[in-house]
Amino acid sequence: MNWLVNLFGRPSQSADIAKARLRAVLVVDHTDISPETLNVLKEEIATAISKHLEIDRANVEVSLSRSDAGQHLTANVPVLGVRTSPSQRSMRRATVHAPTQKAP
Amino acid sequence: MPGQVITITSGKGGVGKTTATANLGVALARRGKRVACVDADIGLRNLDVVLGLENRIVYDLVDVVEGRARLRQALIKDKRLPELQLLPAAQKRDKSAVNENQMVRLCDDLKKEFDFVLIDSPAGIEGGFRYSIAPADQVFVVVTPELSSVRDADRVIGLVESEEKPTPKLIINRLRPDMVKRGDMLDTPDVLEILAIDLIGIVPEDAAIITSTNKGQPVALNDHSAAGAAFTRIAQRMLGEAVPFQVFGASPGMLDRFARLLRG
Repeated sequence: MNWLVNLFGRPSQSADIAKARLRAVLVVDHTDISPETLNVLKEEIATAISKHLEIDRANVEVSLSRSDAGQHLTANVPVLGVRTSPSQRSMRRATVHAPTQKAP
Repeated sequence: MPGQVITITSGKGGVGKTTATANLGVALARRGKRVACVDADIGLRNLDVVLGLENRIVYDLVDVVEGRARLRQALIKDKRLPELQLLPAAQKRDKSAVNENQMVRLCDDLKKEFDFVLIDSPAGIEGGFRYSIAPADQVFVVVTPELSSVRDADRVIGLVESEEKPTPKLIINRLRPDMVKRGDMLDTPDVLEILAIDLIGIVPEDAAIITSTNKGQPVALNDHSAAGAAFTRIAQRMLGEAVPFQVFGASPGMLDRFARLLRG
């Protein structure tokens, strides 16, 4: 099968790698957002989202990328669960606690 | 009609600005145009040696700007090409010796006498680059098909445009057709797609550049070398001739891949 890939598909060559790296680096060059600002943005996005969702803050990723349609800010936020409102939370806590109290 | 001021710049050093300036000057002069090549790299002059005129320098650009010499005294006539003259840079001064207004005034004077004023800009984006583009009617950006050069060219193009100059034109220099063919060098369409400016020429990597620089005889003095012919083609385009772009080492086609497969 490999020979077929070699014949029809262009193997990944260093010029392709150069082009991809160049695109990525130019996206950052073209944006006035510094890595520090991007970090602040990441923290604020995480804070905003964590009001509504339980997230894995340590693994939030925020990046800028460009496609034909323009520039995109992409945030990758691992969701652990839905954060419930205070009243729902007390109800949920009650239901969660209930079985543990029964157990012994 | 006043001449045209064209600044050759790049951002990154060592990509061939001086070689391009010298050879475009030679190629235009061979076609009967009056050309002044101006070395704007004050403190690191080299256009004189590339043109083989280093032994004839008496006065330089800074002497003219500071009034110690008249323009005619400082300009060096190339004995091989009566239409070509060089205004050398000062070697013992630095970039702060000249400002943008002085360069504009100097070029206004040169434009009266010459069809083309070619300014060899220093590398970088600081003062030297700024005074080099200030008088430009047109800017040529020299790029080699490498990441760092293309990135710097992108920055320089942005800076030129922010000065409200016309969009620069691109010279892709030192392209290696064999490496492009193997997919190991950025190809012309890749570079054009990323920089999104018009191409004025493609110059292949050529050992003749080194031997010609050794001797102080620019390759464009004749069309025997691939690089010399490429610079001549750029000069023709500058004069409005429709010269098709050469295709160097197109990306691997089916047959190449098949041949490579058979070779293992």
